[in-house]
Amino acid sequence: MTRVRFRTSTLRALIAGVAGVMSMLFTTAGGEAQDKPRYGGELVFVVPTEPASYDAHREGTFALVHPLAPVYSTLLRFDPTDRTGTKVIGDLAESWTVAKDGRTYTFKIRRGVKFHDGSDLTSKDVKASYDKIVNPPADVVSFRKGQYTAVEAIEAPDPSTVIFRLKWPAASMITALASPFNWIYKADILAKDMHWYETHVMGSGPFVFVEHVKGAYWAGKKNPSYWDKGKPYLDSYRALVVKDGNAQVAAVRAERAHIQFRGFTPAERDSIVQALGPKATVQESPWDCVLLVGMNHEKKPWDDKRARKALTLALDRYQGSQALSKIAVVKSVGGVQVPGTPFATPPEELEKLAGYSRDIAKSRAEARRLLKEAGVPDNFSFGLKNRNVPMPYEAVAIWLVDQWRQIGLQARHEFIESTKWEADLREGNYEVAVDTQCSYAVDPDLDLYKFQSMGISGNNYGRYVDKVLDDLYQKQSRALDAEERKKWVRDFERRLVDEEAHYFYTLQWHRIIPHSVKLRGWTVTPSHYLNNQLDTVWLSE
Amino acid sequence: MTRYIVKRLLLMIPTLLSVAVIIFFLMRIVPGDIVELRFAGESAYAQKENLDKERARLGLDKPIWTQFVTWMGGLLRLDFGTSMWTGAPISEEIRLRFALSLQLAIMATIVAILLAIPLGVIAALRQDTWVDYAVRIMSIAGLATPSFWLGIVFILGLLIIFKWLPPMVYTPFWVNPVQNLAQLIWPALAVGYRYSAVATRMTRSAMLEVLREDYIRTARAKGLWEKLILSRHALKNAMLPVLTVIALEFAFLIGGLVVTEQVFNLNGLGLLFVEAIGHRDYTLTQALVMLVAFVFIFVNFLVDLAYAWLDPRIRFR
Repeated sequence: MTRVRFRTSTLRALIAGVAGVMSMLFTTAGGEAQDKPRYGGELVFVVPTEPASYDAHREGTFALVHPLAPVYSTLLRFDPTDRTGTKVIGDLAESWTVAKDGRTYTFKIRRGVKFHDGSDLTSKDVKASYDKIVNPPADVVSFRKGQYTAVEAIEAPDPSTVIFRLKWPAASMITALASPFNWIYKADILAKDMHWYETHVMGSGPFVFVEHVKGAYWAGKKNPSYWDKGKPYLDSYRALVVKDGNAQVAAVRAERAHIQFRGFTPAERDSIVQALGPKATVQESPWDCVLLVGMNHEKKPWDDKRARKALTLALDRYQGSQALSKIAVVKSVGGVQVPGTPFATPPEELEKLAGYSRDIAKSRAEARRLLKEAGVPDNFSFGLKNRNVPMPYEAVAIWLVDQWRQIGLQARHEFIESTKWEADLREGNYEVAVDTQCSYAVDPDLDLYKFQSMGISGNNYGRYVDKVLDDLYQKQSRALDAEERKKWVRDFERRLVDEEAHYFYTLQWHRIIPHSVKLRGWTVTPSHYLNNQLDTVWLSE
Repeated sequence: MTRYIVKRLLLMIPTLLSVAVIIFFLMRIVPGDIVELRFAGESAYAQKENLDKERARLGLDKPIWTQFVTWMGGLLRLDFGTSMWTGAPISEEIRLRFALSLQLAIMATIVAILLAIPLGVIAALRQDTWVDYAVRIMSIAGLATPSFWLGIVFILGLLIIFKWLPPMVYTPFWVNPVQNLAQLIWPALAVGYRYSAVATRMTRSAMLEVLREDYIRTARAKGLWEKLILSRHALKNAMLPVLTVIALEFAFLIGGLVVTEQVFNLNGLGLLFVEAIGHRDYTLTQALVMLVAFVFIFVNFLVDLAYAWLDPRIRFR
């Protein structure tokens, strides 16, 4: 009897597993093939954390974008059907032109767009919102102000035209204007109180804000006056605040929520797929987040580029990808851009950089030679400072410790509380550290800014000054021709991770989104900040 | 008795003031900075200008003594100010979570009392029989089982067997009692079981001690009805240490159920506490510490009053 039961349960598990794999394959192969959208229903999703305020201009967390992006419009947006998350389309902008010198951007604003209070949205509102972002008053914090240093003036000559005049050509300007954080606020409200949006919500997006019960949930309902007639498809949405990872998995497994938009681990994905079988589907993508290794250039032997280079040469990234992707949210081997995106270095070129060769024995021999040359003794011991966030920091750090042991280095893993880790990195109180970076879109300006010299970049924890690198950043940032820009990005990458080995990349994060098959019209991208307006999303039943 | 109560009330003031001073300076010693956490972090465009603006807005650019005097001034007016992280009034942040935490603490206490007192009394009365052994095993298992682990077992059991999960959003009891109980009964059972284990052992040992007292022997010798001896003479006296344990556990539950709240996704004070510390939200952490300290002191005060009622000798000392 016991044996029969065992067989039945094994069979059930097998069927569930096969169904899960089939649904994953189906998603990968034909996930984009959507049938006719259905109207109605409430989308329920999980948000793992909460923002400090409601003003996206002063916040940097996805925890604000996920529940409130559906309430707002932006000037431009990323195409919600583009898996690379790099194709920009208009949101409030119906069309736009760029002057030949690349210094004047003219946008035509859609007519008939209304705020949720019934007033018309015009170019005046776009200008007021961008003035707040680019040139905030003395007591107002603009989180991404530094991204708009090229902007000289913003003009609204008539209700349907906005002009951005730049001091110099900026290759990333269109991306910068599609930021999912640059919500368009009402000019009259901002004129009265620049802080109003920190505690209030009122936009012009596909959904109208209903309420936010702190620590519990956010709710929004369909905007019947949305400019894009026929959208949104959903009647409403509800974002449940669920902070514990296991509780998030349980919410999706028990079908209390359709999705969690940030991402799950491989084990969590498997648990959901096994439990829901054909009722679940999975979308995956390389993630524009990365764990970096930072070396404090003010501490010996890390002031010597030979020692730094040895650390990256020791890593067998291809083997690491295979092993770690089974247990952690990392997978692709990449350079300074997410693999498969427009400015990413092709694999064959990447393999020429230090630490990316397929011949790991040769790389490690070279690493040992460099360490010897730099006077680093055998069994040299150093601290690897890491934040106490298990996924994926812990797994990657353990892998690093093992890799370095193979060239005769002994790293002491210091797994410390996040806030202390952040403070230590900022103050230079470390030897080698696991560092991180996430961007809201795959874009060289966004992804490379951090690595400029200390003093320019506020997050350069390597504590180096490299004028050549700064110059390369400026060149790529101002190159309007895509091919020319690629060249500068490659030069920057080579100098950063190979020639000077200031910083180096471990593995690209991997975004895994298992969700209910009922959820349609949503496409995963490399950024967990994108595709949250929900205007294209619908429920099949 | 009035003098006793006034004396106890006055003793609360220096205790709370000491807690206030300690927590204020302790928070400043902890490494990390709320401003850097908010405006630097993973951002590629960390701006020193933003950090300075925010420090000035929060008053963190002022000397520590000025900050301390400002905070103490607010405290004396019972004004805890606003959360440095959210900017919302602290009273509102606490009010949102207090009802849930209080209800859960009350429910867990009821579960604990319902289990602990009958089991403890029975175990004492049937000392060294199989009943006593069963109760002892159950209470030792309760002590050895963390409530959050039991919570996870409940959740997985409900999920795997019944394909059901308790509601994830708190509904007040007066709005929808069924929804409310469906959410809170599971953590109350998980926490209450562990809580009952401590109280069961205490009840058993206190009862055993009291049952050997001379006055119980005298009562029996006088031929008093056994149930009366137990309820009026034995249990009342045995309740003194049990009451202390139950009261202190209750006070702990108000702000200490961090992991259980996480597991059951409960929007309570425990999680708020952890987040406030994680964010280095000085004002909110200080207010929460003061709240928990007050609850502890107040519950202790009530226990002292109950002692005086249960044992008249105490009030005359």
